[in-house]
Amino acid sequence: MLDALTSYLSSDTTPGQAGNVLWALIYILIVFGGVSVAVMAMNWLERKALAHFQIRLGPMRVGPHGLLQPIADAIKLLTKEDIIPERADRLVFWIAPLIILCASFAVYVVIPFGPTHAITDLNIGILFMLGVSSLSVLGVVMAGWASNSHYPLIGSLRSSAQMISYEVAMGMAVVSAILMTSLNRSGTGTLSMIGIVEAQQQQQIWYLFKFFPLGFLAFVVFAIAMVAETNRAPFDLPEAESELTAGFHTEYSGLRWSLFMLGEYAAMIAVSSIAVTLWLGGWLRPFPNALTGATWDLVFSLVPGFSFLALAAVAWIGVIRMPKDPYFRVQTLGLAAFGLLLGLIGLVLFAPPVRERIQDIFWFTAKVAFFMYMYIWYRATFPRYRFDQLMRVGWKVLLPISLGVLIGTAVVGVVF
Amino acid sequence: MPDSTPFPSQLELSQPEKTFLDSNELILNMGPQHPATHGVLRVILKLDGEKVLGTECVIGYLHRGVEKIGENRTYAMFNPYVDRMDYVAAVSNGLGYCEAVEKLLQVEAPRRANYIRVILTELNRLASHMLWLGTHALDIGAMTPLFYTFRDREEILKIFEKYCGARLTTHAFRIGGCLYETYDGFERDVKKFIDFVPPKIDEYEELLTSNRIWVERTKNVGKISADDCKALGVTGPVLRASGVKWDIRKALPYAAYPEFAFEIPVGANGDTYDRYLVRMQEMRQSLAIIRQAVEGIPEGPIMAKVPKVMKPPAGEVYHSIEAPKGELGYFIVSDGSTQPYRVRVRPPSFVNLQALDLMVRGQLVADVIAVVGTLDIVLGEVDR
Amino acid sequence: MTPVATPFFFYFLSALTLGSAFLVITCKNAVHSALALILGLLGQAGLYLMLYAPFVAGVQIMLYAGGIMVLFLFVIMLVNLDRALKEEQFSRQWLAGCLAAIILGALFVGVLMRGKALFPASSEQIAEASNTQQIGELLYGPYMFAFEIASLLLLVAIIGAVVMAKKRI
Repeated sequence: MLDALTSYLSSDTTPGQAGNVLWALIYILIVFGGVSVAVMAMNWLERKALAHFQIRLGPMRVGPHGLLQPIADAIKLLTKEDIIPERADRLVFWIAPLIILCASFAVYVVIPFGPTHAITDLNIGILFMLGVSSLSVLGVVMAGWASNSHYPLIGSLRSSAQMISYEVAMGMAVVSAILMTSLNRSGTGTLSMIGIVEAQQQQQIWYLFKFFPLGFLAFVVFAIAMVAETNRAPFDLPEAESELTAGFHTEYSGLRWSLFMLGEYAAMIAVSSIAVTLWLGGWLRPFPNALTGATWDLVFSLVPGFSFLALAAVAWIGVIRMPKDPYFRVQTLGLAAFGLLLGLIGLVLFAPPVRERIQDIFWFTAKVAFFMYMYIWYRATFPRYRFDQLMRVGWKVLLPISLGVLIGTAVVGVVF
Repeated sequence: MPDSTPFPSQLELSQPEKTFLDSNELILNMGPQHPATHGVLRVILKLDGEKVLGTECVIGYLHRGVEKIGENRTYAMFNPYVDRMDYVAAVSNGLGYCEAVEKLLQVEAPRRANYIRVILTELNRLASHMLWLGTHALDIGAMTPLFYTFRDREEILKIFEKYCGARLTTHAFRIGGCLYETYDGFERDVKKFIDFVPPKIDEYEELLTSNRIWVERTKNVGKISADDCKALGVTGPVLRASGVKWDIRKALPYAAYPEFAFEIPVGANGDTYDRYLVRMQEMRQSLAIIRQAVEGIPEGPIMAKVPKVMKPPAGEVYHSIEAPKGELGYFIVSDGSTQPYRVRVRPPSFVNLQALDLMVRGQLVADVIAVVGTLDIVLGEVDR
Repeated sequence: MTPVATPFFFYFLSALTLGSAFLVITCKNAVHSALALILGLLGQAGLYLMLYAPFVAGVQIMLYAGGIMVLFLFVIMLVNLDRALKEEQFSRQWLAGCLAAIILGALFVGVLMRGKALFPASSEQIAEASNTQQIGELLYGPYMFAFEIASLLLLVAIIGAVVMAKKRI
């Protein structure tokens, strides 16, 4: 037992590479749990942030400031009646959400939260991620088919056509980032996720800024394509209610629908992780090479603790502003406890051994959280694209730009 | 329900033998219950794939027999009924009816009453356009402007409530003038509102006018030429966006409009984007009118000398005003008794809706919703 | 990277692939056969991984299972297949079919038994870390011509498909 612990702590590779099955399983459980919690938090954040964009408050009743709302939603969805259309294909109807869920969750195997904080490090990491996330198109098509109804079928065909169109532009943008990894001394690139971040560290520049504006353009193309890939606004025509086709998950209710939602949010986090790893330097803290030195390391290592303390302060401001009515006493106590918990986590994050190990995970998560917020922001601001305009943007705008960026990157990489 | 061609009564979607690969005509029903049809409107679409080949509007779901009721009520008793037709902009309806009956009775409302009428009607126009903007943006997918416009519309509704007690169906005017004097602080409230709103309109424009997605969804969508507008009898912002400078407030002035200086925004192309711009400009022009009006409300009586029992001489009158949605006309035939012989309302939405077929031919299905939104119809008015 | 539990994975993946292949030809519903084919392709990708060819495995998942099979499903779903469901499941020439299958099976068994002698001795394990790199160098080096011809073929197919499917827009 102790040997297992020391063997883990003394290894300098991921559990998958070290062949350590036990730790790989533990990592898998941690990642699975973390993603589920992240999806629930994302659900809450979406409703609150969207509401605040629209000058209303969002959920306020279930738990202080609606913090327990995702739990209430989960309970509601679990206890709903499971309706299957009469002439639906039962096997396919049952499998479709599972395929989307498995495809969305399988990519977390290679997502690097740190140089050794990944479940494994496949040397075809990015290819694996793109390939497996393209399997969710199958789930969408099957969901529309299995419902045996006209609207979901059209919605699913549109949705899947949209997803495969934007996969092409996504792939091109990814390839141009991969090209940049080969611009090191040995002249070989890598497809592995950890290798890509290490290449950015070695070349001392985030690929976002490399060969400006080429890296930036590739990033922008990927950022737009990933929003279309996950069927989110402004590319959510296939699932909009005010259009005629109500989307591929119309006939799904209760738990099955929640699997779709889970898969969608997990896919959002997964493609954001790809963007963060390829262009934003993964787990590297800001300015890893410009501001080096022990003091700067110390300053940046204090940021996680301070951010949690800031969150705790916000929670305590909420506590102070709660109405003094006895009806709100439980909520006030709950919010105060939550604020206390956040403060404790912040204080724990100040302790030196924790500080060292938490750095990578924190910066990675912070960058992915930024992308999540942008998703919600897009949804609040933009109108929807019409379907033919959507396809036009995917094929006639994004694809030529990404091809141009690819060729430009290759030329510039060879010449300079 | 009037019909010459049989249409499917259920959701019959495609012929069972043919497959999707054959280009067949699909009959799709945008049913009376739909999040985007602004009321109970049923639109039957004939599609070829995504393209619209033709439409048929089935109306009448909200028909309440208002005109028939009018034949059995006295002139004053019928006044509250007209609010319920265009329930979004109720004040304009009342203005049109009261002025029509005043024409029959050959009385003129006093100047102060006309000023109050103009202020409330222009506030009403602002409220109607704000609601239009919010719902139209929501149909196209932008969720947020709805909440902003409704927040600002609240201020207008508060003024209405303070004035006559009701927010939506106001019954603000009476035949011969206004019943209620302006409350203490009316001018102050209106002035505060006029200062508060222009930055908000700028905010809406900032969100939408130069947004690429908005422009792509609305430019060249639902085009209608000026000749077609005139042939179909389309009026209001739809007509003005097609290039025809026709506004009844300037062409056949009523109430106190001759005393105010304002412009009439005119569009060039007649597409949805131009209609959007025209209505935004109209909002600003309404603010200009209100500002001039509220700064110069004259003193005086608010009600003309109107007999208690109104028996207008036998005759007929047609009086139309520029409602927010177009030309709202009242054709009242009197036979000398206390109740009108016939009240016929010419609702702008009803006539504008006829243009829907022309506007969406050849466009895609997703544009139908945008066009229904841009016509700014209210089913209460269409069906009466 | 040390392989883990090779026999288990091999038998599991083989069973998966063979079972799915069997389901493909026996399912009544065309959509079910397509789904079984997807499962078989995924099993095959796993077998590629076991042969230390990760790039081929990744590309198999991405293109075959995620692209080509989606296309298959589109076509199956858009074309009315009610007729196929009512057709006979086993054809009249089943005797000739069995004979052909037995001959093919005997051929396979023969190759298996004399297998090593038939193929050149190139079964040393390629270092998998550079599998992608080696494929790239081969494709863009000695086999450049074949690569370009294949891409030209694909281009012709795309243009043909667009021209055939284009309506008067």
